[in-house]
Amino acid sequence: MQGRGTAVCLPADIDTDVIIAGRYLRTKDYGIWATHVFEDLDASLAPRLKGAIIVAGKNFGCGSSREQAALALREAGVVAVIAPSFARIFFRNAINIGLPLIESDLACEEGSTIVFDLSGGWVDPGGKRHIIRPLSPRMQEILMAGGLVQYWRAHR
Amino acid sequence: MSTLSERILGAAAGEYVDRKVNRAYAHDGTGVLALEAWKNMGGDRLGKDTDYHIQFDHIAPANNSTTATLQHDLRGFAKRASMQFSDIGCGICHQLMGEGVVLPGEIVVGADSHSVTLGAFGAFATGVGATDMASIWLTGETWFRVPESIGIHLTGRFTGAAEAKDLALAYVGKLGTDGATYQALEFVGEGAHYLSMDERLVLSNLSVEAGSKAGLFYADDVTIRFLKEHGHDVASQEAASCTYRQEVDFDLSDVVPLVAIPHRVDTIKPVDAVAGVPIDQVFVGTCTNGRYSDLARFARIVKGKKVAIRTIVVPASATILEKAIRTGVLADIIGAGCTIGTPGCGPCLGYHMGVLGEGEVCLSTANRNFKNRMGVGGEIYLGSVATAAASALKGEITSPEVG
Repeated sequence: MQGRGTAVCLPADIDTDVIIAGRYLRTKDYGIWATHVFEDLDASLAPRLKGAIIVAGKNFGCGSSREQAALALREAGVVAVIAPSFARIFFRNAINIGLPLIESDLACEEGSTIVFDLSGGWVDPGGKRHIIRPLSPRMQEILMAGGLVQYWRAHR
Repeated sequence: MSTLSERILGAAAGEYVDRKVNRAYAHDGTGVLALEAWKNMGGDRLGKDTDYHIQFDHIAPANNSTTATLQHDLRGFAKRASMQFSDIGCGICHQLMGEGVVLPGEIVVGADSHSVTLGAFGAFATGVGATDMASIWLTGETWFRVPESIGIHLTGRFTGAAEAKDLALAYVGKLGTDGATYQALEFVGEGAHYLSMDERLVLSNLSVEAGSKAGLFYADDVTIRFLKEHGHDVASQEAASCTYRQEVDFDLSDVVPLVAIPHRVDTIKPVDAVAGVPIDQVFVGTCTNGRYSDLARFARIVKGKKVAIRTIVVPASATILEKAIRTGVLADIIGAGCTIGTPGCGPCLGYHMGVLGEGEVCLSTANRNFKNRMGVGGEIYLGSVATAAASALKGEITSPEVG
């Protein structure tokens, strides 16, 4: 799986409450999550996420199990998230809904173009390929299928 | 030798395994999306040999017609699918699973991050999101990466007004919010042995705030006695010497009352250091500190006095509420001017029953103080039940060891 996007830099320890606040959870309208993503961090972020690759500090997605956090990013147009580490439930959630996560300690340059190839195991922030830690075989299968729903549709 | 996680999952740390899930549960928050995913997967019948539960606790009762409609659909599904269903007012999912349901050695998965709470029974209990839960409904199984473990060695006993919550804040402060990411905590040592089930549940509960996948105690005579009272005969789990990735020691007699200051659970200060900070609300409850022993401890401190600010007490389950009524604890709490909420998560998540206004400050016995969590512009200090009681009486953050 390959992808390309524009870097949006975020700090470490971004929690799921900040990704999508609890007050927006009780709906099945995915558009609401895309509109209000990161509202409590920086309300100007949401419109800039289409085609973005988020490059964040460690422990991205810590906190609650709310899958709406991963969905909000996907619905807002985020291509992938790169961070040195992710909270484990967020990690599973993102892969399960088809949002690629890349574990890498990449320095972030706002607005730069980032290219990645998960099958090839690298990410290129401009000029140099960095080796990334591969996903487990099962997670790769789920991601390649487009998410866990699609995975089970294909495997049952 | 193996860690308890390795023993229960039957593989060495770092390995990926597919395992039967003994018990799976979801609440009204995550259950709605899980049901959506289940339908999209083409789900028709539940995976065999797994005990499935749905509990309504997050917005219970429903706060508006949108929530009510979502809950109506999920309630119908739970009943049609013959899941164990606990409607509004029964209590918090983790508490209900801990009232004689989860047993030592089981693999338990909840669609909520605080599912780690149930590691207190010697089970491997962890949280997942909605789509993973739908997948478990489908197959009764899921995949795990067997975690490395951090050993939390406990010695001594609590002194003064210190309690399990203070120790929990202490270890989260020491490890940091990602100090245990992808790993499990194991609470061991003679200090662990002396802790009650309620105290163990507090320590396991907070483990996810250090990023942990699970927070386990070995089942011992305390566990056996507790489960015996709930009709189960279980065996103890012998702690064997094993390899921990990291070992952390705590002497319980050194623990003092602590608070986590806004907006991070790992930013810990002694209560004394922030004493005098004015607060607008006190909240006692949640899957961390809403158990009977918590209510009883709170009642002992406020009995015969009057709280200075609005104070909301929410029992973690109907069983706890009923016991608090029977023993007079509830009358003492209400007599002190506190108000009582329907058993469930209460205002912890900022949906209802005690949302904070702009600039308001709450001293809460919950487990998260993220920015805006209990209301936009509100600030949350996390502390123990005793700190909550002392602070409620004074209307400002107050050490339970003063006065």
